[in-house]
Amino acid sequence: MAAHTGVRSPTRTMWLTGLLVLAFSLVLGVAIGAANVAPSHVLLEIVSHIPGIRVNTQIPTSESAIIWQLRLPRVVLAGLVGAMLATSGCAYQGTFRNPLADPYLLGVSAGAGLGATLAIVINSGHAHWVVPLAAFVGAMVAVLMTYSLGRSALVGRSATALVLAGVAVASMLTAVQTLVQQRNSDKIREVYGWVLGRLSTSGWSDVTLIFPYVAFCLIVLLQYRRVLDVFSVGDEEALTMGLPVKRARAAIIICASLGTAAAVSVTGLIGFVGIIIPHTLRLVVGNSYRLLMPLSVMYGAAFVVLADLAARTALAPQEIPIGVVTALIGAPFFLFVLGSSRSGHLT
Amino acid sequence: MTSLTVSNLHVSLSGRKIVRDISLEVSTGQWLCIIGPNGAGKSTLLRAIAGLVESQGDIHIKHDDVDTNAKRLKERDRACWIAYVAQDPVMPAGMRVYDYVMLGRTAHLRLLASETDRDHDITQMVLGELDLVGLAKRDVATLSGGERQRAAIARALAQASPMVLLDEPTTALDIGYQQEVLELIDQLRRDQRIAVISTMHDLTVSGLYPDRLMLLSQGAVVAHGSAQQVLTEELISHTYGARVRIINDKEGIIVVPERSTP
Repeated sequence: MAAHTGVRSPTRTMWLTGLLVLAFSLVLGVAIGAANVAPSHVLLEIVSHIPGIRVNTQIPTSESAIIWQLRLPRVVLAGLVGAMLATSGCAYQGTFRNPLADPYLLGVSAGAGLGATLAIVINSGHAHWVVPLAAFVGAMVAVLMTYSLGRSALVGRSATALVLAGVAVASMLTAVQTLVQQRNSDKIREVYGWVLGRLSTSGWSDVTLIFPYVAFCLIVLLQYRRVLDVFSVGDEEALTMGLPVKRARAAIIICASLGTAAAVSVTGLIGFVGIIIPHTLRLVVGNSYRLLMPLSVMYGAAFVVLADLAARTALAPQEIPIGVVTALIGAPFFLFVLGSSRSGHLT
Repeated sequence: MTSLTVSNLHVSLSGRKIVRDISLEVSTGQWLCIIGPNGAGKSTLLRAIAGLVESQGDIHIKHDDVDTNAKRLKERDRACWIAYVAQDPVMPAGMRVYDYVMLGRTAHLRLLASETDRDHDITQMVLGELDLVGLAKRDVATLSGGERQRAAIARALAQASPMVLLDEPTTALDIGYQQEVLELIDQLRRDQRIAVISTMHDLTVSGLYPDRLMLLSQGAVVAHGSAQQVLTEELISHTYGARVRIINDKEGIIVVPERSTP
């Protein structure tokens, strides 16, 4: 009804813009690279792979291979990871009522990294599906450590206390991970890429590996968008309004951590996406998670696809780790959010 | 007709007894006000009834001869019976008054469900009743003290629970807003829509609107009854350690502190 949702006009624009930006970044991500490909070819090649549609594309086989075997899997992977990290960040911010919460800053990514490292070292990389699970266990351990430290050791439960705890947990887990790497130097190359984050070009295998996890977590987290709004009045009032606070929080943290772990297990530590995207959106659509969550999916995906594009092309033929790109943008952004949350603007 | 019965309620927080053996009853249309000095256990009692702190003793709700043990209820079912307005309700920055009031509908929604048209209609109705329509699109964080309290009460009304607990609803308000908020609560209970249990600091005001007072001291009931029975010089000076004079006005009872050097 129009009367109910009357002020939402910027929202529709944000949805449409989001879809356009996402589509645009996907095509751009596939088209641009060491060998440029015409955007029309990208679209044709994608259409030709839709089952039941036969297109006589006349695209050279080499170009077709670049699009379908190299670029597209990477772009799709970037999109999945971006959507997951941004949405997880948004979900953590809601349940912890903390504008600074982010998978990276909470130590979740580091925990997932350690879990995945251990899995690779012990498992010798045979069973691929074990890695995301091990990463998930690591992520859960990390988030529980951060949360309990941030609550108990640092009195006051201020927004910064949680992040400080996260930094401590992340440093410790990263240290352990380094130690594990040192002792297994034969696998150091395989493991090293994570510390800075990287998007591989290993075809579709990584995409199919994390897709079920990411899809599941995104769908569940989106279902919780109204609940995240209820959390914003604090645990006690939420409880008296009938929200099963502990159960809901546990479900949200598990999903956000599982999704983050899946993403981290194939791409390594890509930081700050969960801060940059939700907070940019907050500036435009306000603080309601009903909007922030679905918009984070779209804009998060587009952002990481574009960040990866920048990482590939800025210093070509060299490739910058994508974690470096997101940190270069994200760290100043984080300081901005920290500043505004200090002045009480966002908490 | 709904009534809430609390029997022999005890609350201990980290080994200290905060509430001792309190029994009370309120029914639709009534307003019971808990008074007492700082630290007497007023808020804790309210929070125990709301289910926010562990307690020993019974809390029962009776509605049309159906008796429910409130302590056994799940969060959502309990919220359908009892609404709670905190002393200083959290006003999340960036949330519109409309959405804030609609949060009250949580108790009537399955965990992952979205609001229906009915929830929107109830929200609209409550906003209209509490004269908040003009503020519906305002950010709750920008509301004045009185508006905040009205928004919080609107949220409790949207929750549509027959019992409403109000912790110090007027403490932060100036006399004009106090009157506005108290008149509102009074009208809601007189319309036989809710039963109210509130805590309050101001003794004169507590004698004016609520129909019953319960005076607590160190977690236990000192007196329970009408304003005439509870607001006496002897009881007040004894429990508060204050020298007061009671003036019986035709409007109500006025409690005035006495200066030591006149």
